[in-house]
Amino acid sequence: MSSVSLPANPNENLLRQHAAREKWVLLGLSAPALVLVLVVMVLPVGWLFYLSFIGSEGTFSMENYARMLESKSYGRIFVTTFKVSLLTTAICIAIGYPLAYFLSQLPSRAANICMLAVLLPFWTSLLVRTYAWLVLLQRKGLINNWGIEAGLWSEPLALVHNLTGTLIGMVHIMLPFLVLPLYSSMKAIDPDYLKAASNLGARPAQSFWQVFFPLSLPGLFAGSLIVFVLCLGFFVTPAVLGGGKVIMVSNQITNNIELFFNWGAASALGVVLLVVTLVILYVASKLLPLNNVLGGGH
Amino acid sequence: MSQSGALPISISQVTKRYGDVYALDNVDLEVKRGEFLTLLGPSGSGKTTLLMALAGFTRPDHGSIRFGDNEIILTPPHKRDVGMVFQSYALFPHMDVAANVGFPLKLRKVGKAEIADRVNEALETVQLVGYGERRINQLSGGQKQRVALARAIVFSPRILLMDEPLSALDKKLREHMQIELRHLHEKLGMTTVYVTHDQREALTMSDRIAVINHGRLMQLDTPRAIYDRPANRFVADFIGESTFLELGMKNGQLTFGGDVIKAPGWSGGAGKPALILRPERLVITSRAAGKNMNLFTATVRELVYQGDTSLMYACLADGTEVTVRAGTRTGAAIENIAIGDDITLGLHPDDTVVIDEAAEKTAS
Repeated sequence: MSSVSLPANPNENLLRQHAAREKWVLLGLSAPALVLVLVVMVLPVGWLFYLSFIGSEGTFSMENYARMLESKSYGRIFVTTFKVSLLTTAICIAIGYPLAYFLSQLPSRAANICMLAVLLPFWTSLLVRTYAWLVLLQRKGLINNWGIEAGLWSEPLALVHNLTGTLIGMVHIMLPFLVLPLYSSMKAIDPDYLKAASNLGARPAQSFWQVFFPLSLPGLFAGSLIVFVLCLGFFVTPAVLGGGKVIMVSNQITNNIELFFNWGAASALGVVLLVVTLVILYVASKLLPLNNVLGGGH
Repeated sequence: MSQSGALPISISQVTKRYGDVYALDNVDLEVKRGEFLTLLGPSGSGKTTLLMALAGFTRPDHGSIRFGDNEIILTPPHKRDVGMVFQSYALFPHMDVAANVGFPLKLRKVGKAEIADRVNEALETVQLVGYGERRINQLSGGQKQRVALARAIVFSPRILLMDEPLSALDKKLREHMQIELRHLHEKLGMTTVYVTHDQREALTMSDRIAVINHGRLMQLDTPRAIYDRPANRFVADFIGESTFLELGMKNGQLTFGGDVIKAPGWSGGAGKPALILRPERLVITSRAAGKNMNLFTATVRELVYQGDTSLMYACLADGTEVTVRAGTRTGAAIENIAIGDDITLGLHPDDTVVIDEAAEKTAS
């Protein structure tokens, strides 16, 4: 049967060419996305980065960054940004964790229906939801009317055009970003772990705190991080519901461009925000067990 | 970890229904103090449901379960004080080996030093000394199995439950662990209820086997009695290989194809008698040599060499196909047989087991 004599490494070159061709095909498939990212992400960000180093004279200067350090108002803006983001994240955790836990314990059919209730607002335009809150929360809005009619409070509460309104709106918008990763990490907890804990003598509360909660932490960290980072760059909700009293970095960027036509200052703020966000993501990915949520393998 | 703490288990009339399906149908079962009892049955037979009822994870519709003298049917799982090895092991991935094994002790407010001692002792029992600081995901399947076992026995429970604990291991390791678990049981003396669908595992390990099907107890007896004297067709069919021959009756004697069948163990029954033919109990013989045996004439259909044994498929006069398993020693009778040969098969009267087909529903 082996009468045909073969060279030393049969078909070696053909197989290698074939493997090389497959690589090009894969590259070809990802090319449209790569080009898109390059054109709409890398180039504009690079351009902003360049602009941030151009002073009012039109030459290279650090004045945009120097102003941020000197001016107290910029410090205040960063404090506000972090305060609003942290508060939103904290409230999201307080509301979202029990919700995700509840959903994870439901039979899958009921859980899917309830999940729809979480997702429905998620699919609605952010602008629509923000203005809806404006209608609900204003002095003569639905909530104040009901509260006064029900005798819960007598004077209209200041629920909007301030921090409260901003937080209400942002929590509502951010909640799914926390609940979804948290829910999926809770669903991944093998019910046998809880049975084992119970079998070994753990009361329900002990099972929860010593087994379920630690195992849900990766999902909680991931969800909180997503919420926090998204909050840092949030614009619409503080603009509409904050009534000019809650000025976050992105609002100041808009002001710089729309009111002062100062692209350099706006760019510098954008660069700082981007760098801060990247640093937070980097530190979090090193410290927290985020698993594969950020694509960091396992 | 002493025998004195072992408790008997008394299960009576335990019933659990899921819709129209009975997972457990009026099960009565006594597990003796310190006994190794295996619940054996096909998947969906109810054996796991029964184990879960013992652990407290399944609440029966009615019935009574007593550990010793205490009714525990309403006791929540965390107060039952039974050790359990899960099929998935259920080792907590966020704790190392020592924390897993020490978990039940920590819950029982045992002091730190004593926890360390007892964890070491338990790890020693399962031959995992020095593995305390390993993460769970650094362990092999066999090691996880041992840790799960250590965690189940470290708090000296009076009853140990095991749910197919060896099913995830490969064959060699599984057989090794079967012997090891058996030794461990002898050493610790806990009343042990073991669930498996693997008949060989059940035969290897158990003091007694409870064969379960459709939520009912089919037979409860020692491994040897279960294999040699199955109470009904299901047990004979599920444990070991069997061919069933329907027998006739003539003058109060059992017959097959006109020949009288000698069955000293048969005491008569209401239904149709059926003879159980086990492949390894049939021997190749001749009319002259086998005159004290029950003899059958057969035609060889197929021969299969399997290394340790050879299989022969042969057809009896009435067309029933029987299987004969024979050793492969040099010179064995089966080596001189060819397909198409007419041969004589013998069955020793002591190996001649006749069941009553009506016995299916009743358990002894």
